[in-house]
Amino acid sequence: MEALLFERDTILAAFWMTVRLTAVSALGSLVLGTLLAAMRVAPLTTLRGAANVYVTVARNTPLTLVLLFTGLGIGANLGLTLSDDLATNNFWLACIGLTAYTAAFVCEALRSGLNTVPVGQAEAARSLGLGFVKTLALITLPQAFRAVVAPLGSIMIALTKNTTIALVVGVSEASVRMREMIETYGDQVIEIFLGFAAGFVLLCLPMGLLFGWLSRRMAVSR
Amino acid sequence: MTDADLIVLDQVNKRYGDLHVLRNVSLRVRRGEVVVIIGPSGAGKSTLCRAINRLETIDSGTITVDGTPLPEEGRALARLRAEVGMVFQSFNLFAHKTVLDNVVLGQVHVLGKPRAAAEATARALLERVGIGAQAAKFPAQLSGGQQQRVAIARALAMEPKVILFDEPTSALDPEMVNEVLDVMTSLAREGMTMVVVTHEMGFARRAADRVVFMADGEIVEQAGPETFFGSPSSQRAQSFLDKILIH
Repeated sequence: MEALLFERDTILAAFWMTVRLTAVSALGSLVLGTLLAAMRVAPLTTLRGAANVYVTVARNTPLTLVLLFTGLGIGANLGLTLSDDLATNNFWLACIGLTAYTAAFVCEALRSGLNTVPVGQAEAARSLGLGFVKTLALITLPQAFRAVVAPLGSIMIALTKNTTIALVVGVSEASVRMREMIETYGDQVIEIFLGFAAGFVLLCLPMGLLFGWLSRRMAVSR
Repeated sequence: MTDADLIVLDQVNKRYGDLHVLRNVSLRVRRGEVVVIIGPSGAGKSTLCRAINRLETIDSGTITVDGTPLPEEGRALARLRAEVGMVFQSFNLFAHKTVLDNVVLGQVHVLGKPRAAAEATARALLERVGIGAQAAKFPAQLSGGQQQRVAIARALAMEPKVILFDEPTSALDPEMVNEVLDVMTSLAREGMTMVVVTHEMGFARRAADRVVFMADGEIVEQAGPETFFGSPSSQRAQSFLDKILIH
């Protein structure tokens, strides 16, 4: 127990990294996932095909591989440098990998949400003279989002826990700190495990409650 | 075609697989005219109505609105749709928007009007169809009749050249039919060009300039309401009227 208390500043710093990875990747995957969902219902076959291939690849590849690819493939091999500071560079590479992976799940959730919106909504929008993009942006996607708030919440909770895999690109988030502490304080392994697990519960539980509340609040009545 | 013709359908055909839903349909609608399309279920009335703003594509023939042939998908089609109002059987009000926003949306995002002006127009139109007090509610909080009147206001807000009504009262409880028909009748009196697919014979008698009778994908006959209801010339129209008018 004293290890957790003694190291609380470094633990908090590590969890702060987890929060930052989650926040950036959540935002990124919502944007990219929305774009992909729009592509998957686009009237152009090439756009639909491209999005389809992307989702299939990203969704069926283990996250560890995705992150190793962004870290070693894009970062080290292709030499994509997002910052001169190594830690910052790794952080952004991890965000790219997490975003790329999570966006596929966001896309699929949104697409199932789009299927819940009655066809008449889009027909009414098109009848007013709205084009494909505006119909999607103003009418169908907002209703799709409201229908899938709860599953999006599950995806975001999964993302929070998935950030622990950022260790493969050398980002010192909570799980890395935990490993280091286990090595240093070998006599307090159980406490350390429980402490970090509690940390993740503290992060994820409010998210679940928030998304549950949002999904009830934002539900569209028909 | 003369300048007076707003909508011209020429030899329009459409098939769903083996089903020939529109057979060589030719129809002209003059500016300010109220054309009521009636006929048995499956006659192709709704398909015809929806084809005019290309919610249904056609296989052959031409459809012209105000001198412009219906464009393929894209910007030109969207522009044309903005000029052709549509009122659906199932209302199709935007479920996540308030009544006011339903009427404002097209004005702002299609016509590019400033929001304040669009809201003023929307409130005036809602007042006109008798639901000014419900502006802040969501569609699901309204009765069917009220929702359909909002849908009419939404179409009117675009200042369309013509409004298409696709069975506007068929999904309504009987006691709400008249409130919608009253709004439509007053529109007809004010000179709005209207194409109305309906089963309401009273409305056809009262408001139609011309009744078009369809069966099996064809226009069987068309005439003024007195002539049509008084002495239909075709056997099929006669037997249709016998079935629905004797109670």
